[in-house]
Amino acid sequence: MDSTQLLIILATAIATATPLIFACLGETLTERAGVINLSAEGTVMLGAMVGFVVAKTTENVWLGFAGAAIVGVLVALVVAFGAITLRQSQIAIGFVLALLCSDLSSYLGNPYVRIPGPTVPPAFPIPILEAIPVLGPLFFRQGDVLVYASYALIAGMWFYFYRTRAGLTLRAIGEQPAAAFVRGHNVIGLRYAYTLIGGALMGIAGAAFSLDFKAGWSHRHTAGYGWIALAIVIFGGWNPLRVAFGAYLFGVLQSLASVAQSSIQDVPTQVFTVAPFILMILVLVLTSAGWLDRLLSYLPVNARRTLARTLRTSPPAALGRPFEQD
Amino acid sequence: MGLFACATAGFGLRVKVELQHIHKHFGPVHANNDVSLTVEAGTIHGLLGENGAGKSTLVKILSGFITRDSGAIILDGQPVHIQSPADALRYGIGMLHQDPLDFPPLTVVENFMAGSPATPMLLNPQAAERDFRRWCAQFNFDIDPHAQVGDLTVGERQQLEIVRLLANGIGTLVLDEPTTGISASQKALLFQTLRKLADEGKSIIFVSHKLEDVEALCDCVTVMRRGQVVGDLDLRPLRAHAQESTDQQLNITARIVEMMFGRALAMPTKPSTCQDEVMLSVKGLVLRTDRLELHIDHLALHRGEVIGIAGLEGSGQQLFLTACAGLEAPAAGSIYIAGQNLTHRPYTDFLRAGVCYVPADRLREGLIAGLTIQDHVALRTANGAIFIDRAAVRAEAERAIATFNIRGRPDTRVERLSGGNQQRTQLALLPAPLNVLIMEHPTRGLDIESTLWVWQQLIARCQQGTAILFASSDLDEIMQYSDRVIVFSGGRVSPAIPVTELNVDLLGQMIGGRF
Amino acid sequence: MNSTVPSQTVPPALERLPPLAYRGGALIIALLLIGLIVVISGASPFEVIGRMFSGAVSTPDQIGRVVATLSPLLLCAAGLVYTFNAGLYNLGVEGQVTFGAIATTFALRLLYPEEATASILPPPLTIALGILVGALGGMLWGLLAGVLHVYGRISEIFAGLGLNFAATGMAIYLIFGPWKRPGVASLSGTQPFDESLWLGTFGQTEATPVGLGLALLALAVTIVVMRNTHFGLRLRAVGKNPYAAHVLGVPARRQLLSAFLVCGVFAGLAGAIQVVGVFHRLIPSISSNLGFLGLLVVMLVNFDPLWVLPVAIFFSALNVGGLQLPLSLGLESSLSGVIQGLLVLFALIGRGLAQRYAG
Repeated sequence: MDSTQLLIILATAIATATPLIFACLGETLTERAGVINLSAEGTVMLGAMVGFVVAKTTENVWLGFAGAAIVGVLVALVVAFGAITLRQSQIAIGFVLALLCSDLSSYLGNPYVRIPGPTVPPAFPIPILEAIPVLGPLFFRQGDVLVYASYALIAGMWFYFYRTRAGLTLRAIGEQPAAAFVRGHNVIGLRYAYTLIGGALMGIAGAAFSLDFKAGWSHRHTAGYGWIALAIVIFGGWNPLRVAFGAYLFGVLQSLASVAQSSIQDVPTQVFTVAPFILMILVLVLTSAGWLDRLLSYLPVNARRTLARTLRTSPPAALGRPFEQD
Repeated sequence: MGLFACATAGFGLRVKVELQHIHKHFGPVHANNDVSLTVEAGTIHGLLGENGAGKSTLVKILSGFITRDSGAIILDGQPVHIQSPADALRYGIGMLHQDPLDFPPLTVVENFMAGSPATPMLLNPQAAERDFRRWCAQFNFDIDPHAQVGDLTVGERQQLEIVRLLANGIGTLVLDEPTTGISASQKALLFQTLRKLADEGKSIIFVSHKLEDVEALCDCVTVMRRGQVVGDLDLRPLRAHAQESTDQQLNITARIVEMMFGRALAMPTKPSTCQDEVMLSVKGLVLRTDRLELHIDHLALHRGEVIGIAGLEGSGQQLFLTACAGLEAPAAGSIYIAGQNLTHRPYTDFLRAGVCYVPADRLREGLIAGLTIQDHVALRTANGAIFIDRAAVRAEAERAIATFNIRGRPDTRVERLSGGNQQRTQLALLPAPLNVLIMEHPTRGLDIESTLWVWQQLIARCQQGTAILFASSDLDEIMQYSDRVIVFSGGRVSPAIPVTELNVDLLGQMIGGRF
Repeated sequence: MNSTVPSQTVPPALERLPPLAYRGGALIIALLLIGLIVVISGASPFEVIGRMFSGAVSTPDQIGRVVATLSPLLLCAAGLVYTFNAGLYNLGVEGQVTFGAIATTFALRLLYPEEATASILPPPLTIALGILVGALGGMLWGLLAGVLHVYGRISEIFAGLGLNFAATGMAIYLIFGPWKRPGVASLSGTQPFDESLWLGTFGQTEATPVGLGLALLALAVTIVVMRNTHFGLRLRAVGKNPYAAHVLGVPARRQLLSAFLVCGVFAGLAGAIQVVGVFHRLIPSISSNLGFLGLLVVMLVNFDPLWVLPVAIFFSALNVGGLQLPLSLGLESSLSGVIQGLLVLFALIGRGLAQRYAG
């Protein structure tokens, strides 16, 4: 394998990981606010189906994306209502929705199986940035506007989280909603908002599959990607940059798998879907059992601090817990 | 930004704060019963009282954390509506909570910026840091802006919160039990800061149970008891006179103690049941949480003896009791039960050694909501059997209900029982015989008749040889039923004093922190 | 409280109704939505119901298929009763079924190698050993999730999901690798076992007495354990209030691990039945999603084992009845999953509304 082949593999990996980026970042947003949207698997699939159907019916790809986003919002609304207002188990509601929406997408999408539909029009390489050695051709000669959009989303979300006041509020709500409440924030309203936006992004991720990266619609079209997105959020420590890294890592693994297919006898790529989960469990074991902390305690204070912050894997402290206002 | 224009314009400085005829119910509990409080601008007003007196409720109403049932809040003569913390902030009222309400994983600067209307949309941490350092310099606070808040001490987190509230332009500062868990030097700095703020014209409400702190710092004192105001005292003229003689100083204390605890205490009524054998022995015990550190050199509890722990909640009693029960591991020292060293041994060893723990928070820590009385009896009397002998368990449950006068049936779920009946149930579940019985607030929420009856049962157990260690905020109960009394106050433990040597003044002072 | 808070999402007139009103109302909305979805797809709800019903009970073959679905579903649901009552969301049940199936296949391949013409031991014994090994396999996978949760302090949800993927990955690897069919490896699974290793059936149907018997036995045992044993009571205690249970002397860790263990055994049995009774080989989707369906069943009955049987029968019938839809009406069979999902979703919502607002 020479360097151009390697570059092609990596470029493909980046392109494949793009729909996943939307789903992962959407869930990151929701979980940072303190809510788990376990319905990812179903939302992405339903978004893919609806996006395809709407795009085909209206002959307009962008309306398809809009439709998928709306679906994502509706599903997230059920999750939010059950979790925030009714204070029921977020796990139960999310899980049921995951199964329900997957089956719903199969059922309602039946007439559209294996029918060709519109796809996202090709885009252009970005002029100046593409000239950067090595990274340029890799990231900026993608022929896909969604890929560029995903870059913008990653950068935008990172900026939002760490450089804006609203982002600081978001992080506050997920850590200690009571403290955010006494500072005058509308915790419940904001949690609803972030859950809905996260859901919209998940719907868009689904459409990114059916209208671009895995064009068309078939039964269980996006199977597994929703669960993987949830795992990547944890692996990425709820930090947009690390989550994106996790998604790209997964894309690379998948890409390598198809290349390695010829050398490892007849083992299908499905085996590689296991990797992110195994990685995630390992990471969780390391940190939950306190080993990472013990490891870090050997370092001097300054190094420890920055390293702890980059490697931090503890969830937002209030994740999954309902907020009671009295 | 617009929110705080009001604060600086109208309500920033020199605000007279009045609460009038406040009522608040929590279910059947009348937490605030016609409470009125007036805080003059530029003064430090102390709010004293034991736990359950209603002080926390009152200030939480003022700061918008909870809503009142009826009554008025008046600022500078104008009635205002405060329904949420956001409203309170608009009127320049900020509160420092007992447990720090901040964001541990974020840095000091991020905490400082969070929730502040002055923070711009695009964060400017450098400007915020400069601002922060300037505020800290004013009060001689020394906090590293880049530290993680979770790593700070309680005192430093308090300082951060004070600085943040001030930077947000508040004119009325409420502090809820601020001196629990901070060092002496931090306390001195805090008092200095508060004095300075008051001199600048801010109104300060200082909620505490610590007599010495209130006496040292406050200009006026309001004492609350059982949801009502029992007295107001202006300390400034008294202090002027007190400088003349120590008698006058003690007089202030005496007056406050009298207001807090009433005139006379109940007489000891417990018959002597002590034997020589030591059932529970504690040596060099050190217990630590992130809020306080407790040192107990030596304590021996004898068979048939009752030791009562007095002191206001949050002073470490619960920690001590759970450590003796085997639910918490001590940081240092040893615990002996009936001569056996059980330090650091699992909880089941303590159970087997005949120790039983009855917590105060019945539904959360002692009983299981969703299960019936019968279920609890079955859990207790399992004895290694696989199948539940329904008939036997039911009979046992009925016997317990009859003996302990529980208003419920064997198939009643425990969460449906009244608080008093839940307590009777907990007592009914205790095995007999028992070596050491550890109880937290054994008769809280019970009427007088039930209280008498419960203690009858407990003394009967003493006569059979059980040793009892209990904590209570009811001084009458402590006086009537203990052989010896120890007092916890802010992490310190008094020596065990025979109950016959106690009177209300001595006890009150010890609870207030003087021993 | 805070005037901008949407805690008034329920209009005041709808507050303080009796609990039944909320639950019943939620059910009605669920049924209406089902009807709406059917109409959107271009069919009549009544015709669909009719077809599904007749598709499940008309012929002995169909009833046999319902029973064949019921057996592993009951086993999974029975096992999940333990974990749910212990306060756990054992989403890893799918992996426990799959790994049990893998273990059974392993045992059978050991006892009846590909080259042989007969099994080493008498066939009934071979099958019994295969089932036993399957149960052990499921138990192992369940215990793994339990250990990760109790000692590694990892959420049992993500440990479970991860182990699901690991088990499926393992199955796919085996099907395409060491255990592949001679000639061409394919998604249709490993080489089918010799007929002597097939479980006996009810006549010509797919249903097996052994499968049904094991399932009903498992459910009966579960009902007895949960209602009449100290173990069941302790599980419920830990699930409702772990700290108070600890104070009252219940060993929480042991109870949690036991729950995972038992659920793993039952799920492993389900996997074994799928191998020796239904598919007669290992396929990638050997669990047929029955583990997840079992979770839905137990959630719908609010963890009460007494109601598991009727709901499981109903859900199995839905699954089988749904298979008629492509043939007779040109609709997709996943409508059964939609119905199941909507019923459980609105049961949860109704329960939530009743808890929050009922008078």
